[in-house]
Amino acid sequence: MGVRMFGASVKRKEDPAFLSGKGRYVDDIVLPNMAYAAFVRSPFGHARINGIDKSAALAVPGVLAVLAYDDLPETLKERPLPLFVQVAALSQPKMPYTLAVDEVRYVGEPVAVVVAESRYIAEDAAALVDVDYEPLPAVADCLAALAPGAPPVHAGSDNNVAARMPSKIGDVEAAFAGAPHIFKERIFQHRGGAFFMECRGAIGSYDPVLNSLLMYISSQGAHRIKRGLLDLFDLGDHQIRVVTPDVGGGFGPKGSLYVEYPAVAACSMLLGRPVKWIEDRRENFVATHQERDQYWDVEIAVDGNAKILGVRGTMTHDNGAYTPWGIVLPWISVATVPGPYVVPAFHIDMISVLTNKVPATPVRGAGRPQAVVVMERLMDRVALELGLDPAEVRRRNFIQPEQMPYKVGLIFRDGRPVTYDSGDYPACQAAALDAIGYEGFRARQEKARQEGRYIGIGIGNAVEGTGLGPYEGATVRVATNGRLVVYTGATPQGQSHKTTLAQIAADHFGVGIDDISVETSDTATISLGVGSFAARTAVNAGSSVHLAATKVAEKIKLVAADMLEVSPDDLELKDGFVHVKGVEEVRKSFREVAVKAIGMPGFSMAGGLEPGLEHTAYFTPDQSTYANGTTVTEVEVDIETGRVKILRLVLAHDCGRVINPLVVDGQIVGGVAHGVGNALYERLVYDDEGQPLSTNFGEYLLPLAADVPRVEIVHQETPSPLNPLGIKGAGEGGTIPTTASVIGAIEDALSPFGVRIAEAPISPQRIVELLGEAALGRTR
Amino acid sequence: MKPSPFTYHDPQSVAETAAILSEVEDCRLLAGGQSLMPMMNFRFVQPSNLVDLNGVRELAFVREDAGRIAFGAMTRQRTLERSAGLRESCPIIPLALSHVGHRQTRARGTIGGSLCHFDPSAELCNLAALHEAELVLARRGGERALPFAEFGVGYLTTAVEPDEFLREVRFRRWPQGHGYAFEEFAMRHGDFAICAISCLVTLAPSGAVDDIAIAVSGVGAVPFRLGEAEASARGERPGHDLYRALATAASKVEAMSDSYVSAGYRQHLARILTYRAVKSAVENAGMRAAA
Amino acid sequence: MSQTRSIAVTVNGRTYEKTVETRRTLVDFLRVDLGLTGTHIGCEHGACGACTVRVEGEAVRSCLMLAVQANGKSIVTVEGLAQGNALNPLQQAFWEKNGLQCGFCTPGMLMTISEFLEEVPSPTEEEVREALSGNVCRCTGYQAIVDAVLQVAAQARAEKEAV
Repeated sequence: MGVRMFGASVKRKEDPAFLSGKGRYVDDIVLPNMAYAAFVRSPFGHARINGIDKSAALAVPGVLAVLAYDDLPETLKERPLPLFVQVAALSQPKMPYTLAVDEVRYVGEPVAVVVAESRYIAEDAAALVDVDYEPLPAVADCLAALAPGAPPVHAGSDNNVAARMPSKIGDVEAAFAGAPHIFKERIFQHRGGAFFMECRGAIGSYDPVLNSLLMYISSQGAHRIKRGLLDLFDLGDHQIRVVTPDVGGGFGPKGSLYVEYPAVAACSMLLGRPVKWIEDRRENFVATHQERDQYWDVEIAVDGNAKILGVRGTMTHDNGAYTPWGIVLPWISVATVPGPYVVPAFHIDMISVLTNKVPATPVRGAGRPQAVVVMERLMDRVALELGLDPAEVRRRNFIQPEQMPYKVGLIFRDGRPVTYDSGDYPACQAAALDAIGYEGFRARQEKARQEGRYIGIGIGNAVEGTGLGPYEGATVRVATNGRLVVYTGATPQGQSHKTTLAQIAADHFGVGIDDISVETSDTATISLGVGSFAARTAVNAGSSVHLAATKVAEKIKLVAADMLEVSPDDLELKDGFVHVKGVEEVRKSFREVAVKAIGMPGFSMAGGLEPGLEHTAYFTPDQSTYANGTTVTEVEVDIETGRVKILRLVLAHDCGRVINPLVVDGQIVGGVAHGVGNALYERLVYDDEGQPLSTNFGEYLLPLAADVPRVEIVHQETPSPLNPLGIKGAGEGGTIPTTASVIGAIEDALSPFGVRIAEAPISPQRIVELLGEAALGRTR
Repeated sequence: MKPSPFTYHDPQSVAETAAILSEVEDCRLLAGGQSLMPMMNFRFVQPSNLVDLNGVRELAFVREDAGRIAFGAMTRQRTLERSAGLRESCPIIPLALSHVGHRQTRARGTIGGSLCHFDPSAELCNLAALHEAELVLARRGGERALPFAEFGVGYLTTAVEPDEFLREVRFRRWPQGHGYAFEEFAMRHGDFAICAISCLVTLAPSGAVDDIAIAVSGVGAVPFRLGEAEASARGERPGHDLYRALATAASKVEAMSDSYVSAGYRQHLARILTYRAVKSAVENAGMRAAA
Repeated sequence: MSQTRSIAVTVNGRTYEKTVETRRTLVDFLRVDLGLTGTHIGCEHGACGACTVRVEGEAVRSCLMLAVQANGKSIVTVEGLAQGNALNPLQQAFWEKNGLQCGFCTPGMLMTISEFLEEVPSPTEEEVREALSGNVCRCTGYQAIVDAVLQVAAQARAEKEAV
């Protein structure tokens, strides 16, 4: 294997199995004697539970158990789910119990669980569990929840504020006091859910002999779920194993610990049988975490040259009923606002508000697309008011490459000051504009208008903190049969980790990616793990694989040098052998070296070496590494119907050094589709009582093949100085700048009518409403 | 999301179907299953008896004669979509069907199933209104034919009695070379229409409108025709003024509103799409006549 | 008590005789009763296309059919596409173009496209996108899938011309 794997567009290791129907997702796993669970969920946004009658359900043939809160193991009755990210600003941390105690706070909250011989029977019986609900006043909108006299989301609370947190740079009062121009916007943003194609699922299998629990869970990190289960059950570290098999998409919400997991575990313990619960799509719409509403009241101060003097305002965030991720989501939103621009003064007060809805937690982009919409709406507003080209306004405000590393002045959710490590923002925008032909656009636009067609162009610039700590580890091992294995807590959900991590390791051993097994997300194989979210795996797990593989490759040479009686420096690795440079036949196989390295029973280890051909590394980044990107979108709006058609979309991005261009392009294009959905289609509607009205794929609209544009990608490559491989995260970069760009393009298309857009997503109906009389077009 | 238990019946003939329906209660008829099966999976519908019509082969046919085109209720949407005969005689049918769901749903979905489900935005219901469909309902010992206007009673509701089933649908056949257009606005390809307007037109040698039909669906609780406006259009010369008058008439209809779409927007779309549909139908009538 | 029936269904060339509840969906029959877990459940309301299989050649949603309706019928699932361990040209094109990420929608995509290309061997990009509009993918943004379909169609054309 002379070909370098790192940086190559190699086909994915994962695919042959997936393409032939041999993937193994949690619902594909069948254990002997398995039983099936279905949950009884609250139909009310807020209600007291006065009683639960399980008798009719228990009478159904094939029903094995019906559990409500009172039937849970003692520790689950005593302990709510643990909150992993506690911060001082979170004044009302709220976590649920495994099953509702005596109050439900969102539609879909689990009240009881039925276990039966089949899912069909479990559903039959779940419908017969008679819960005596006493409806309580509910509040669904976060502004309404803040109003005096609003009903408490949690009975007994005197207000619905989960957290308040200011984020500040410099002296914003002074900046605004002397500013020649101040522009104010009120921007409403709604972001929908993840809607991975594989719903969540869990299998609990309790072994009474070992008093141990094995769980298969479709997650974004087995280790954090194990940690949660350790908090909830009185079991030792060795008594809980969580395995995440193939995962059909995650995008954030599969990273949470959900109440269904301990519930399924409890069912298995009670029955002594494996119990499977597979979330169905109806449950997915009400019980899987979503993103949600944010109301931004912001103003920008600029000088006469359109240079930003300051940004200030408030952001009100709809958190839902519980706080599993604390304030992570709105915090990221606020910290992302300055983006690639020099913002000398800044003050945004964030208020995170409890509502009677399923919790809001990060979805691909994690609050950043909203921040980019806010900042880019402000930039477009400045351009409009000062009569400048929107791209020029941005150019005047970019952080310059020579200012790197650049301290923004805010604290990021990793607890460190937001310090951009590298990147060339002006070049990134310029590359995107160049690719789309921005120079000639105004002429094209004018010509189109003369034909009665309304086209527009919009720019979205974003900087994204990726590769967050604390770490993701990797063990690299050469087994005694000579086979190479990488074990990691990283948890792929489509991101191709098995391929990219193998690529990183392969170069150290002179082998191909198929010679390396990458085993992910099994708590039995590596002791610590964090999981895959926040575009962190390539940076953290990738660096750890690199560090561990370096050590193991060195050790192969050390052991083999002893065996071959040469210097380690004279050796090189290739195709499963270590041989003397230039003399390939003088060699030892990895197998021989691995056997030698574990020693022989009764004999001393040679050369004072640690036994085994393996090494575990935990790369711990000092701070996030910041990727960046620019989306430029050209749209056409049918002013009569309000339909938006994306004509072209260019995304220039910089995620540092690229491990596999094929994989990165896939991440980018998929991310763009998500951003397009957030701009045009995806909307989770609730009524005033917290009743979800978007509960199927006919009501919640995901972008389909005919709705998304062909994405033209421009690569920039500024290596990160913060990790040994120079990489940055790529998983969210397509999504984050795209929504803002699409919204900006629509506004630009409608500029002859003076239409301003201060919301996302935007529907054809809303566009027609904003156009008013002008929408009558030729039929007027 | 699994269906609740039911007793399954799979008759193989019209007579057998009629006999079962005369005997069982709390029954649903399963045609293509593209609407009923989701509702059963969601348990919105939990019938005690399910009568599967897919084995009744005599219910799948297309027959054309001079004045009418008759469809068996179990004729698949895909059959209609691919029918070379219909492409000639009634090209609006394959055109409208391209908006119905997706290829996998059209493979199973039937004309009768769609009409009996009677979704107000269903394309086939629109076409039934447009073609003054006659619907033949069978029951044990007899059958009756209903005009479309009497078949559809209200939102998702038809005049089909519990012991009846739709046997045949008959469309009025328009003369060769008629103009046609189907204008639909849905959020995404294959979604239920927020508004769909269909139009058929024939032109007199003078160029004036000879006959015209315009059907509106997705807007009201049931699809309907713009009868008065159609009448006033006959004999008129096509052009902007006529299109605008018809569009205005379409915009004055009563419209539904829900959590996603307002009545006002539906009316607005009815106006816009009527203008487009009539214009397009007139233009291709001219072209087809010329060809 | 629920009603059952005995059925005989041919899947990927092999005939299975089973007794099933009449309410059992075809997709549950394939996955649970036959262990053919390559066909996936994504929504159970006919919206996502993950469960698409071919029944008597036609691509249909197996969550919207009952197992009893498949009695006497011939079905092909994703497990029936490859010839032994050799991926078929469509599977190969998906692999080369990175037409999948999490892999969950992939079987449904493959079954839909395999039928589509038999009907429309030389599609335009627009036709491909429309044909795919009944299959949701949340990972890829569809572009690589569209490219894979266009590539396999072009290959088939080239091979035909070469003959």
